[in-house]
Amino acid sequence: MRPVHYYRCMQGIVWREGLRFLNQRGRFVAALVRPLVWLVIFAAGFRFVLGVSIIPPYQTYIPYEEYIAPGLIGMIQLFQAMQSTLSMVWDREMGSMRTLLVSPLPRWYLLVSKMVATVAVAVLQSYVFLGIAYFWGVQPPPIGYLTVFPALILSGMMLSALGLFISSAIRQLENFAGVMNFVIFPMFFASSALYPLWTVREANQKLYYICMVNPFTHAVELIRFALYEQFNGLACAVVVGALIVFMALAILGYDPGRGLIVRRGGGPE
Amino acid sequence: MAADRDIGAPPLVVQGLSHAFGERQALREVSFELNRGDRAMLLGLNGAGKTTLFSLITRLYNHRSGSIRIFGWEIKQKPSEALARLGVVFQLPTLDPDLTVAQNLYYHAALHGLPRREAAVRIKREIERVGLTDRIGEKARTLSGGQRRRVEIARALIHRPKMLLLDEATVGLDIASRQFLLDHVRMLCREEGLAVLWATHLIDEVDSDARVIVLHRGRVLAEGPVPDVIRRKNAASIREAFDKLTGERSE
Repeated sequence: MRPVHYYRCMQGIVWREGLRFLNQRGRFVAALVRPLVWLVIFAAGFRFVLGVSIIPPYQTYIPYEEYIAPGLIGMIQLFQAMQSTLSMVWDREMGSMRTLLVSPLPRWYLLVSKMVATVAVAVLQSYVFLGIAYFWGVQPPPIGYLTVFPALILSGMMLSALGLFISSAIRQLENFAGVMNFVIFPMFFASSALYPLWTVREANQKLYYICMVNPFTHAVELIRFALYEQFNGLACAVVVGALIVFMALAILGYDPGRGLIVRRGGGPE
Repeated sequence: MAADRDIGAPPLVVQGLSHAFGERQALREVSFELNRGDRAMLLGLNGAGKTTLFSLITRLYNHRSGSIRIFGWEIKQKPSEALARLGVVFQLPTLDPDLTVAQNLYYHAALHGLPRREAAVRIKREIERVGLTDRIGEKARTLSGGQRRRVEIARALIHRPKMLLLDEATVGLDIASRQFLLDHVRMLCREEGLAVLWATHLIDEVDSDARVIVLHRGRVLAEGPVPDVIRRKNAASIREAFDKLTGERSE
């Protein structure tokens, strides 16, 4: 296998993910409606309840809609990663994942390709959301749309790697509801997506520490700072570190010598 | 060097293969060999260990004892070289129902690193051979079970493998679709020298010009050309030979 084979394989996996996304129009609409509901309804209701003081990267008071926009982008990426997790578990249950796993390229590379595919769709969704949010008053500096791009890639990769790891650990599709309750909701709400962490600290010190070790918080902050042309070193370091850990766990989970599939067998006889 | 191996080494050599899931021993000291053009029927009842054997040959998971060599490449040490020479049709349907037939095939071609132009030529040829040219633009979910199986066979051949594995490929198909698959695979062995390992629990699928490997409770009980296995057991048919070997009644 030469490098060009690797390239074509990744291209194929990304292409398939894109096709699946476009074919499932309901998924596309749902992916956009969810954050827009938060932006349009939740933010309108809470803008006078949740005060936002001047905190970096903002240089002045901002409307609440502007504050939660990076968190809602994080939400898009988190849900896209979990959607991908769900489809991995579904593919494994139904058997179609075998097509991928018996391809001659190394399994770690197939997982990386799958991650790239998920990120590509998530980034596209994020920009469509930003485009719509512009007309709702979320107007970061024009250069911010460019500087946020690497942050979207990095945070998307981290969340996608988490999804891959979860998919390697879930035994059955029915267990996915548990992922919603124990991964998505805690990650989202115990973060800076909806409220600045100083408000959490004032309310509960322990919860603040939980929010601070939540990698999703740092993904949101990375996006928030990048959207305003600034770089958050701590957020970047945490996101990269979490990406490495989650990806290593996912690779271990899908390892033909160690993973879940080895322990529970290959399927019906 | 790789091409030399393809010519010189047997397509598949399984030696002393054992595998267990926890306490349950799925395979015990399984050994057999396949040569070019061989059509070997891996015959066993449900639970005999056929799918486990296929999962190990395709490296869905690693074997812990024994060896599996595909054209001389040990699957655990050189998975890429081995898997590139394998075409697989799994027991469960594996087409993506939301993609068209062509899109499913292009996806498979990409997983094997084929350029799109070359893939287009091969897809056209393989889909013609299974008689589904007029369905190529349709979603896989609109096809019947038999048509999906044909597409899966076409897909398994897109990257021009030297060996084809079929795991219970005719389960759930009507008589005409089963016959088409059997004839198509026979043609592939005869005209293209493809080695085929076909797992089945349906004894009717084992014809007299095939080789048979009888797998029962994880062990190989008999192996060889069908007439030889029948003769060795002093039986009148492969069904009777199978019943004598396993002590159970076949389907």
